[in-house]
This record gives sequence, C-alpha cells and structure tokens, in this order.
Amino acid sequence: MKYIDEFQDPDLARRLLDEIHATVTRPWALMEVCGGQTHTIIRHGIDQLLPDQVELIHGPGCPVCVTPLEVIDKALEIASRPEVVFCSFGDMLRVPGTGRDLFQVRAEGGDVRVVYSPLDALRIAQQNPDRQVVFFGIGFETTAPPNAMTVYQARKLGIPNFSLLVSHVRVPPAIEAIMRSPNCRVQGFLAAGHVCSVMGVEEYPELAERHRVPIVVTGFEPLDILEGVRRTVAQLERGEHMVDNAYARAVRPEGNPAAKAMLEDVFEVTDRSWRGIGVIPDSGWRLAPKYRDYDAEYRFSVEDIRTREPAACRSGEVLQGLIKPHECEAFGTLCTPRTPLGATMVSSEGACAAYYLYRRLDTTPAPREATSVV
Amino acid sequence: MSETTDLRTPPLDPTAWTCPAPLRDQPRVVMGHGGGGALSAELVQHVFAPAFGGDVLAQLGDAAALSLGGLRLAFSTDSFVVRPLFFPGGSIGDLAVNGTVNDLAMSGARASYLSCGFILEEGVEMETVARVADALGAAARAAGVEVATGDTKVVEAGHGDGIFINTAGIGLIPEGVDLRPQRVVPGDVVIVSGAIGVHGVAIMSVREGLEFGVEIESDCAALGGLVDAMLAVTPDLHVLRDPTRGGLAAALNEIATASGTGVVVREREIPVPPAIANACAVLGLDPMYVANEGKLVAFVPREHADAVLDAMRAHPLGGDATVIGEAVAGHPGMVVARTGLGGTRVVDLPIGEQLPRIC
Amino acid sequence: MCLAVPGKVLDIEERDGTRMANVDFGGVVKEVCLEYLPDLEVGEYAIVHVGFALQRLDEESAKQTLELFETLGMLQEEFGDPWEMAAEAGGELPPAREEARK
Repeated sequence: MKYIDEFQDPDLARRLLDEIHATVTRPWALMEVCGGQTHTIIRHGIDQLLPDQVELIHGPGCPVCVTPLEVIDKALEIASRPEVVFCSFGDMLRVPGTGRDLFQVRAEGGDVRVVYSPLDALRIAQQNPDRQVVFFGIGFETTAPPNAMTVYQARKLGIPNFSLLVSHVRVPPAIEAIMRSPNCRVQGFLAAGHVCSVMGVEEYPELAERHRVPIVVTGFEPLDILEGVRRTVAQLERGEHMVDNAYARAVRPEGNPAAKAMLEDVFEVTDRSWRGIGVIPDSGWRLAPKYRDYDAEYRFSVEDIRTREPAACRSGEVLQGLIKPHECEAFGTLCTPRTPLGATMVSSEGACAAYYLYRRLDTTPAPREATSVV
Repeated sequence: MSETTDLRTPPLDPTAWTCPAPLRDQPRVVMGHGGGGALSAELVQHVFAPAFGGDVLAQLGDAAALSLGGLRLAFSTDSFVVRPLFFPGGSIGDLAVNGTVNDLAMSGARASYLSCGFILEEGVEMETVARVADALGAAARAAGVEVATGDTKVVEAGHGDGIFINTAGIGLIPEGVDLRPQRVVPGDVVIVSGAIGVHGVAIMSVREGLEFGVEIESDCAALGGLVDAMLAVTPDLHVLRDPTRGGLAAALNEIATASGTGVVVREREIPVPPAIANACAVLGLDPMYVANEGKLVAFVPREHADAVLDAMRAHPLGGDATVIGEAVAGHPGMVVARTGLGGTRVVDLPIGEQLPRIC
Repeated sequence: MCLAVPGKVLDIEERDGTRMANVDFGGVVKEVCLEYLPDLEVGEYAIVHVGFALQRLDEESAKQTLELFETLGMLQEEFGDPWEMAAEAGGELPPAREEARK
C-alpha cells in the first residue's frame, strides 16, 4: 500500500538504525505511548535491532487495556439485556470484566456484534427501530471524533433507539501522571501520531517544558518508529527537551479543526479511571449534558455499577517501566495470555503478553538461526 | 466517574496501582472454541479426548490413520458453518467437499468416498439448497470423490443459520507413506504451496458489517492431486497440513508442538499478495492467522526439498510454492519468524477467532 | 490505539446529508466518512481510522521524509555496521529493497 510499504523499507531502516547506533552514548529509557506503536515494534522485532542503551517502555496507550473494569462490567450488563443490540470494535470482546467477557455474554444469548465503523452501529439502529442499539465508545482522541459523530447524527436524524457507552481517554493527562510518578524512569516520549492527527501538538510544549522531557510525535510504520527514536535520542544526547514532529505527513500543528469542534460539542472533559492505574484527573471525556439522552449509562441505569479492581496483578508498575513483567508474582502462573489477570496480558501487544512470549523463547535452548539477533 | 475534581493531577503512587480481575474459566461455549486456536485445542483435550478415549483419536491429526482388514485407511470428518453461503470463488458446497478431501490428502490419502449430512433451517429457499447441492456435486466430481451416503435434518427457524453441512471421507493411504508431525526433525524444510490468507480475506470482504471491495476469490480447491505429485517424488515427506482456521500460524504451531521441534520462518519469503496484505492492514489482522482453503504446508527432508518444490511448481495448485523456513532443534514447540527488518518475533497459536481491531 | 491507514479517494458523494467517499487502500476499497475533512478531493490521500478520514496525507512531506532517510547513516560505513553484523550473525544479509514486501 502506498505510504505504508515505503515506510517499511529495510534499507532505509538500516540507515536509521546506523544513525541511532552512532548517536547514542549512554542508556536512555523512552516510552512509546501508543499500543499501535508497540504492535509495530513487536511485529517487526524493532526493539532487538536498537542499541542496548535504548530501552523502549511500552506505554498505556491501548484503549482495550486501559478501559476500566467498571466500564466493562457496565457493558456486560447492558449487552445482556434482551432488547439490546450491543455493537463494539472487535478488540473489546475478549477483555475480561468481572467473571466474564462479551464473548460469554454472546454465548449466553446476548446480541453482541462486531462493527468496523461506529457508523455501522448507527445503521443497525436505523434498520432495527424496535431494538435498543448501543455502541461501545472506547478509545483515545483518534477514535473519539468518529464515535462523537454517531450521537451527533442520532440527534440530528432523530434515531431514538441509539445510545453510546462512553469510555474515552486523553493522552496528555496520562503523560502528566506518568511524569509525576515518584519513580518515573521515562526520559523521552514517542507521542501517538494519530492522536496528534486529530488534536495537533498544542497540548505538548507545556508538558515537555515542565518535565524537561523530549516529546516526539511519531508514526506507526517501522521507519516512523525508528525516526521517532532517532530524534528523541538526539535530543536527549544534546540535553534538549522539545516537542518535535516526526510524522509530518499526517500531523499538522493545529490538528483537525472540524474533528476538534465536534469533540467540543459532543463531549466534556471528565476524570477517568484507567484500568490498572487508577483515576487520572481530566483524562477522559463523557457526553455533554445536551447529549445525555444518548448516554447508555443513563438510559440503562448502570451509573451505579461500581467495581473495585482486585489487587491481583501489578500491571500499573509494568506500564510505567518500574518493574519487568516477570517480577510480578502472578506472571506466567496465575496470569498468562490464555488466562490474563491484567490488561497488559490481554492484548497480544501488551507488555506482559509480549514478554511472556519472548521469555519462553529466551529460556529455551538457543538455535543459531533464531535467537542470535536477540 | 470519580468526584475528585478538586485534585489536579496528583502524583501517581505506582505501588497502589492494581489491575483487573480473575477469569478465563469458560462456563459456556464461545465462538473461539470453533476458531482452530488455543480454545479449540483445549476443548478437544479436556472434554472430547478424555470422554472418547482410544489410541487412534490420540493422534489428533486432521485425518485419522486406521488399519482395517489389512488396509491403511485415512478417515476424517469436518463440519461447515460458513457465512455467507456463497462467496467470491466458491460456496459452502465447495468447502464441504474440499475441506474433507484435503484433510485426507494431508495424510497422503486420495479421498474415495464421502458422506454428506445437511442440517437445514426451516424456511431456507429450496433454490438455495439446490445451488449448494449442485456446487457440492460439481466439487466432488472435480476432486474425483463419490458422495456415497447422506442424511438430512431440518431445525426450526431461528435455530440454524440456513445450511450447515457435515462431510466425512475415507481413502487409502499409499504404501510407504507416513505423514505425522512426530516425524519432523531439525533441518526439515518448510514449504507452502502458494499465497496465504486468500480464502479468509475473500470471506471477510462479503461478511455483513465488514464489506469491502477487493478483487480476490477464495482459493478453495481440492489438494489431492498436488499431494499425489509430491508423493511421486518421494513417499518420505514428513508432515503436511492445510492451514485452514487459524491460518499458517496455527498449522505451524500444531506441528511444532506435536513434533517437539522449533520452527523458524522468514517472513519476507511468505507469499502474501498485496491485496491480502492491504486488507489485513486495514482490518488490523496478520495474514499468518488468516484462513486458507486451497493451500498446504509441508515439512520435507532437506535432501528432497528441491525435487518436491519442482514437482509442486509444475502442478496448477502449486505454481507459487516456495520455501519459507525450516525446523530447528532450538525453542522446541515454538514458531519464530525472522522479520523483514532482521528482527525476530514469536508467532503464537491464536487464542480464538480473529477479529478486526482498531488498536 | 488507533490503527489508521492511508488511502486514496476514488469518488465522493452526499448520502443522508453525510459526505461519504470510496477510498482505495491498495486494491481494497472501503466506504469512508469525510465529514471531518470536508475539502478533501478525489485523488488525494487521507489517514483513515474506523471508517473516518481524519487527516489529509501530505504527499510532499512524505517524500521529504524518505529523502531525509536516504541521507542518513553514511558516516558509519567506515566503522562497520552493527546492524549488518547482527543480521549476519543471524545467518542473513539484509534483504534488498525490492524484496522487502511480497
């Protein structure tokens, strides 16, 4: 695909890696914020090609991983109702709530459907006026405008049987919270490119300045990741802490004004709980009062569902790079990709799931063909 | 959400961070139990195999190899629940024949007879049933197999999905042929017969809610002839698999696990047509996990690899056959891919069904 | 978070008061909502996420980025190349560019 294939070119990757190897003189810990970037890193084995001094900490930018247990439980409750068609992105179906997941709800007779676009859910509502259609509105700033469009249109077109279960999260407050943590090891951020495609970069200079940390807006193909690392390391080596845009082909400084205006209209900023992390002030969006009629939490009276997250695992520390996954007591015993305790084990790009796979590889006898690069 | 609006971004205390809940004890069947991944394997391992017992079942191959009246028979069954019933390049009728014929072919047997059971949903149009039957008959003739016995049941409207089909098949295993993962040894060469991911993407392109335009047809085909051509080079192939549900990743993992060897594949050698790669990029899928219905993966002793590859390429269904990797002594039971950039990644068994993702 | 891919706009039409387009992703065509990029035109590329065009792809910028990459890493050749050494230790030479993606 054009503008993807070119950014996977092994020859250019080598040039970028050469440059990074030549630039780095001491250890640096960088965090890639976004789960999509983590995916690329694992998928292409990029972390193994970087100098040993460059450590990539996988950040909390996976909406599947950070959606709080309480919201999952609300989703499970709503999806179980006989009058409801519950629509979701595929990612969310396997995420465990208390005692079950959406797959199980479907197995128990719930009408749970996977959609590609939020507009598909709206269409299902139009086609089934006698059913209540609920869309599970999760995601970061990238996914928020598409989800916002559904309630905007539902209100405009008068589609009363549609509602949105909202659990949107915002990146900058999470970066702020991570940097404020007493043992924070992160020295530079690869900011999430597609979040910035929508929001622009205006929120970041203040963060970079206050915490004296370079923030480099980074794309998602292998060359994009390497370029993000290259620019971050170069800043760190020079003692700089600026906001830089390494994904200029898709990110304008001002972002997307039409999408931001829609977010302003449909949502309002709220505190939000992140799974495994806890409440981060101002880190989320909920529907603005004028859209309350389309809020599934109110429509189905699930506001009162309160779930305490059991202190079973330590994914919060993992997400911040404070401990390695195997230092958690549950790792590999109670908690495996097949039986995830924590969000970081749920998604195959989660830090714990990735570590689980590679530890299996590293602890088996090394054949020359496979592990000598690691 | 919380009411701590007066507290502006306090420092986080990581030691107080907690993380999600219990789970994964499945009280009911979920879709993933039929997905050909880890959930399917556990269902068989923990429920079916202990209940049925028996040495033959314990082989857990695509087809069972039996000795009966002095003959070596391959015997297999498969059920087909595909939606939609007709898709670009085929239908449930084609799949019902080719799926079982291919399961037999993977043990080296040429399918001789099939049984065919229809479960029809009340209200399905007779014309649809006739079209499926025609397709099934044509596929059987093309594969050189005879439908010898059958059965029909009807379930109430709402209790089925139009048409379900089960087929079983038998065939003779030729003298000297012994295809089992246990025969794989380090150094074996891994060959795929052609482009991967084609069937799965063709199906997804017409699935409700996902529809996309793409000029791809299912690769659904009967592989008996291709296997014959390979065995004509040498009966000493080690194992064959048709990478259907769970894709190439599941097939390689099954072989690695059952053989106790490791498998290394070179990602850039794996044939993925651009349209398949791009459809997977849009949906967030990995082509190695996408289903195929007309491809096989072979583990071949190194000394025979060139000749087998030549024979495959000379066959119409193996024109794009290529070597993608080898069996190794290291990391037993694991599949490792060398990425295009020179890194490595672990190719794990998929857990359940593959779903489009957004992140 | 946010799997988004670049696609080329094939055609644009108004549907139920919403601006929609067919977008080509290298032979895969999907319907995409253009409400957030109202001035996007046929032939242009956009970054698409869950069926929405979220940002115009700046082709000139993409070209410049790739040209920049071409100029990198030239100085290291005389010192030996750690990446190549790692790749060779793994039994493989770096793949040629045209082989990068089959």
